[in-house]
Amino acid sequence: MAQIKLSNLRHSYMPAPKGPEDYALKEIDVTWRDGGAYALLGPSGCGKSTLLNIISGLLTPSEGQILFDDRDVTALPPDQRNIAQVFQFPVIYDTMTVGENLAFPLKNRGVDPATIKRRVDEIAEMLDVTDMLSTRASGLSPDNKQKISMGRGLVRDDVNAVMFDEPLTVIDPHLKWKLRSKLKELHQRVKATMIYVTHDQTEALTFADEVVVMQEGEVVQIGTPVELFDRPQHTFVGHFIGSPGMNVLPCEAKGDRAVFEGHEVMLEGPTHGDGGRTDLGIRPEYVGFGDTGIPAHVTKVSDIGRHYVVSAMVGNTALKAVTEHSVPEPGSQVYLQFKPEQSRVYRDGWIATEERS
Amino acid sequence: MRTENQKAWFFVLPVLALVAFNALVPMMTVVNYSVQETFGNNQFFWEGLGWFEQILRSDRFQAALGRQFLFTFLILLIEVPLGIIVALSMPRKGFWVPVCLVLMALPMLIPWNVVGSMWNIFTLPKIGLLGYFLNDVLGINYDMTQQPLSAWITVVVMDVWHWTSLVVLLCYAGLVSIPDAYYQAAKIDGASPWSVFRYIQLPKMKTVLTIAVLLRFMDSFNIYTEPFVLTGGGPGNSTTLLSIDLVKIALGQFDLGPAAAMSLIYFAITLLVSWVFYTLMTKDDAQ
Ligand SMILES: Nc1ncnc2c1ncn2[C@@H]1O[C@H](COP(=O)(O)OP(=O)(O)OP(=O)(O)O)[C@@H](O)[C@H]1O
Ligand SMILES: [Mg+2]
Repeated sequence: MAQIKLSNLRHSYMPAPKGPEDYALKEIDVTWRDGGAYALLGPSGCGKSTLLNIISGLLTPSEGQILFDDRDVTALPPDQRNIAQVFQFPVIYDTMTVGENLAFPLKNRGVDPATIKRRVDEIAEMLDVTDMLSTRASGLSPDNKQKISMGRGLVRDDVNAVMFDEPLTVIDPHLKWKLRSKLKELHQRVKATMIYVTHDQTEALTFADEVVVMQEGEVVQIGTPVELFDRPQHTFVGHFIGSPGMNVLPCEAKGDRAVFEGHEVMLEGPTHGDGGRTDLGIRPEYVGFGDTGIPAHVTKVSDIGRHYVVSAMVGNTALKAVTEHSVPEPGSQVYLQFKPEQSRVYRDGWIATEERS
Repeated sequence: MRTENQKAWFFVLPVLALVAFNALVPMMTVVNYSVQETFGNNQFFWEGLGWFEQILRSDRFQAALGRQFLFTFLILLIEVPLGIIVALSMPRKGFWVPVCLVLMALPMLIPWNVVGSMWNIFTLPKIGLLGYFLNDVLGINYDMTQQPLSAWITVVVMDVWHWTSLVVLLCYAGLVSIPDAYYQAAKIDGASPWSVFRYIQLPKMKTVLTIAVLLRFMDSFNIYTEPFVLTGGGPGNSTTLLSIDLVKIALGQFDLGPAAAMSLIYFAITLLVSWVFYTLMTKDDAQ
């Protein structure tokens, strides 16, 4: 078990990358705490699989280092890193039984048969597959196949980290939550670092203690689900996490206030920096209705179960508000109130206000 | 659902009629000949299973059958492993893929008798490029028109040259269908190259390999044109394979009865061995 540190990591699939656009990963510096449960969240093509493959050693990065507890493993092949990886589509050795599948990684490492048997039985019990141990693996259902793929990763008791690359893609929705809770349970029992790749925010937020959000080859924020929701460091995080995502409204910044469509809005604190494009970021949950405030025109109200999403226009800018009661009619005129401690200015996408202490 | 199933028969009907016309009917005449004796004039005498017995007991048939099995055995023994090895070493992505595929397909595009003539001219001592090279440059005594061993080697090598590509292409199709994740998982599981072959590549190639073995068996067991053009069955009878012998009996000696009986025995053996191969190779899947 070890802490995994990625330092100044860059990777390009091209032999001679020129600009930053040629890099699948641009400058990554992340430390994964030993035993943590992480989710790696980001849209398709942002470099999540690339990052995992670099950690496991399937890919060698163009630049930078991977350190396991300060030991440089950048040049080591996968089988010497004690890393387990589970892929999007279950990988099963068709001609073997379930038991042989689980034993395979240990056998390849020359572990003695008694230990292999003990470990396989233990893992099978954890995964509830004990009764399948002697059946041919090729006939299993996708969710059981995926369980066996996970089992092959967990069977080694020296794994530093187990990485899951969108492992539930091919699983039926009603089995997804079962496997997901199984994973959480496994994490508590095995105590290895787990990194779980997904582009589904619900999956990420339920699995992880900490979420790493990526966009276009960069890590934009690392934090607990609550931190990501409450104080997005980048408009992308605000937009990507939460449903509906954060309102990003073009504005002008003036000290601890923003001017949006001619209306002054109190911010959480003073703005720093200057120049660039400035936006006001506020989550729909913190946009309220009142007798005074910013006048807006309601265009649509959707009932999404536990609450309502109100779409409104302020001048020429559209925004959304979430409310549980006092629902305005579509077409009506309302006054919006932005919660100051949840209103922030973003400069070129990055947060530019300071929290008032 | 049901009516659709019935309708399908109409589409099969023309094929059935065609097959009946060009295969079943001629086949029945063969059956007809095989149980009768004729001296021309359209006079036939009932012979029963006499021809079959005579053929099966004859040394000549047994020798030809032995040569045929030896030939097919050598062909499978060489072409299947070689085909797998070549398929494994072909690139899976990039510029060289189409180049390799075209190169592989080339020998198969050449007609049988052309292959026979090519190899004949190629291997003739003195005038053939290979014949000259082996004899006069390397000093190896090689003459496929005089020495049975040379003739055998030439016939086998010619078939390997002509048909290994079939095995290669089929295996290659099986290999490229394996997702990258399998190789990646194997690396992480610490599998050796042999394990990767044994537990990933071979199982994925199995279906196509079954087809390849069946096709190569049937083709090599029924081979006629190439060895006929190359050696004419000689020197002596050394490369007279079953089909060559059959043609000698049927068209050379015009012994229609024995030839017909021999055809049927030949056909039965081909069918039986194909069935055994197929059953053995697909046995595991049934479970
Ligand atoms: N083998 C490869 N060769 C060249 N480019 C690649 C290769 N694999 C990925 N890329 C590129 O690198 C970028 C990152 O890809 P990656 O697969 O890491 O994304 P991802 O976040 O895992 O996406 P997804 O959610 O679709 O799995 C993409 O632009 C992709 O086109
Ligand atoms: Mg991916």
